[in-house]
Amino acid sequence: MELLELRRQARAVIDDPALTYRQRVHRLAAIAENALEPPPVSAECAEALEKRVVCDLYEGNAPYRPRYVLPDYAVLLERGSSFLELAPARDLDEALAHLLIAYTQVPSITGYPVWLGDLDALLEPYAADVDDAELQRRLRLFWISLDRMLPDAFTHANLGPRDTRVGRTALRLERELLQVVPNLSLKVDPELTPDDLVRDAVETVFACGQPHFVNHPMMIAGLGPAYGVASCYNSLPAGGGSHTLVRLNLAEVALRHQGSRATFLDELLPHYVELTAELMQARILHLVEEARFFEHSWLVGDGLLSLDRYTAMFGVFGLAEAVARVLEHEGTPGSYGHDPAADQLAHEILERVAELVATRPMPYCEGSGGRALLHSQSGIDSDLGVTAGCRVPVGDEPALLEHLRTVTPNHALFPAGISDVLAFDETTRRNPEAVVDVIRGAFRTGMRDFTFNLDSNDFIRITGYLVRKSDLAKIERGARHDSTFLGAGSVAQSHVDRRAPKRVVADELDAGPAR
Amino acid sequence: MSSTPVRLADVVPFSWVDGPGNRFVVFTQGCPFDCLACHNPETIPPHPPGTRHQTVAGLLTEIRLAEPYLQGVTVSGGEATAQWRFVRDLFRAVRADPRLRRLTTYVDTNGHALPRVWDALLPVTDGFMVDLKALDPDVHRRLTGRGNGLVLDSIRYLHDRNRLAEVRLLLVPGHNDSADQLERTAAWLAALDPEVRVVVIGFRRHGVRLEFSGTPEATPELLARAREALEDAGLRNVVTV
Ligand code: SF4
Repeated sequence: MELLELRRQARAVIDDPALTYRQRVHRLAAIAENALEPPPVSAECAEALEKRVVCDLYEGNAPYRPRYVLPDYAVLLERGSSFLELAPARDLDEALAHLLIAYTQVPSITGYPVWLGDLDALLEPYAADVDDAELQRRLRLFWISLDRMLPDAFTHANLGPRDTRVGRTALRLERELLQVVPNLSLKVDPELTPDDLVRDAVETVFACGQPHFVNHPMMIAGLGPAYGVASCYNSLPAGGGSHTLVRLNLAEVALRHQGSRATFLDELLPHYVELTAELMQARILHLVEEARFFEHSWLVGDGLLSLDRYTAMFGVFGLAEAVARVLEHEGTPGSYGHDPAADQLAHEILERVAELVATRPMPYCEGSGGRALLHSQSGIDSDLGVTAGCRVPVGDEPALLEHLRTVTPNHALFPAGISDVLAFDETTRRNPEAVVDVIRGAFRTGMRDFTFNLDSNDFIRITGYLVRKSDLAKIERGARHDSTFLGAGSVAQSHVDRRAPKRVVADELDAGPAR
Repeated sequence: MSSTPVRLADVVPFSWVDGPGNRFVVFTQGCPFDCLACHNPETIPPHPPGTRHQTVAGLLTEIRLAEPYLQGVTVSGGEATAQWRFVRDLFRAVRADPRLRRLTTYVDTNGHALPRVWDALLPVTDGFMVDLKALDPDVHRRLTGRGNGLVLDSIRYLHDRNRLAEVRLLLVPGHNDSADQLERTAAWLAALDPEVRVVVIGFRRHGVRLEFSGTPEATPELLARAREALEDAGLRNVVTV
């Protein structure tokens, strides 16, 4: 980067009246990082990156912390931390203080932790001798602290699958406080999660759009029993995480397609999957061998994180456009979500990508058998005319049953998360039990994770995170939550606020400096 | 029995307003009443041109696609009991199917049927949701074209057999909403069973025939007043919609 350009960018950040102090610091750091050359890749890979066929989601040119860090906070509570000079937690107050302290010291791309842990499982043992009113009071302060200290909607807490006092209190607080943070997922296991808890969660969605619902047995089958759902619905091994998230734009790949379906599946896709993998590999090697993150992080030293629990995320998006294009070339136009032939092709494309990713060795990915994990990436605000992840395009979704039947077969292919968004109309409010039925059915048929949206609260879901409509309205004057800026871009570009009924669109973070 | 035919008005794979949970709903064509306030007057004639014909077997195929997400199946109308052989055979088939047997079976009815119809349906039906358009026979006749003797008998009959899931009251301003009528309806229902679930629905113009579209819609105040009258009579399970 030219020095002049560097100065221009730094000046723009420093002079931007809409940024808080911390937001300025974060952006300045990104400018400095991006003044360095990115990890070397082949000319072909660099070109694919430049043309946005492959995209590193603005992680930064010189990876010095993993994209997703999911510390094993139970280790902190049980053993304490020598880095943080904390003894094992003895009671609820200490447990809550330990967690807050640790959160501020967890590195990430956004500057805020993307995973807060399985809060109910972590805290329940400490809650046994605290009465209900007191538990509510202390968790309330904790919940408010999360939103004020970690003002980023990617910050994600998990609950379930068991029914606990802490979990119930957390849901009640969500309904009462209506905060953007934390983003929330409920792990649901047909054996362990009572209908009544799922129903409580559904009522919470009515109030504030949270939580996201996760098929616990299916996640365990893919990731093992210790896993977490972080950021925008990225499911990853806990005590580890993902070095990087690089995504392949299937719509762009399809634009380069000529000829038959076989050419697309057997030549084009393998070519671009390999270029994506090459970029991932270069970034991982930089992080592990050059920046040596795992050799100096306190999380590793204190046993909360280990390299052998790490993986990397291979993201895809733009499936709907790719399907349309390939079908067009075959002379039989059809659209994903509406024609069985299109749904069939969509599944074929994803199966092929999954197979290619599963056979491509990836360094330092012992957390998932030395391979990357496939993830349906929900898009960022600069995506124009490309559908998030493997979703049916916004506004074009078929009726709920058809929608479920279209997307469900693809969920098995995405151990790192797929996060479809289902639209429910207002009549649901009078019948939460019906939503419980749909959730149970979705999991029974093999959906991995999903969210549903109702139009009638103050929240709008951008990708996997929420922003408040009332915050968006005053964006010109700045926003306390970093993610609100991303939301503003998404709303302007993809009309997520005009979906009918409201649907979660997607987005990942953009740590780019030019915002 | 899988070949039992039905005249259909519509089929909805997911409904959240026709009984407990998420339900597959079959709307049959044809109704012996001719309600002024009917929201789907096109479902009243038994054989209008373009009526969809289907069989139990055909519907089972559709239900199986939706089954994982369902709590049950409801037959509504038109009037479900006007084609009670179909309802009986559909529910029998649902209960005989290893995958579908977990689903509950409900009938949404105007109550205008003889005991022998209920006797045919009772062994295969989990719940009946019965409309009570008016307690006063004359008002009932004015609203529906028929008296309500059978309806009142049906409500008692189904309640005695533990299958009365709810009674639905459609409040039509100027017709069945006077304080006096509300009070007597409340007393009649409370005498039947204070625990019976009563759903009060306010009249909306949406869908009704032109001649009736001048009738005012039910206000929230009217619904609140009705609720109060019902609860004052001792009914403990009142829902307003
Ligand atoms: S009983 Fe129901 S379907 Fe029949 S006319 Fe009356 S409102 Fe319409």
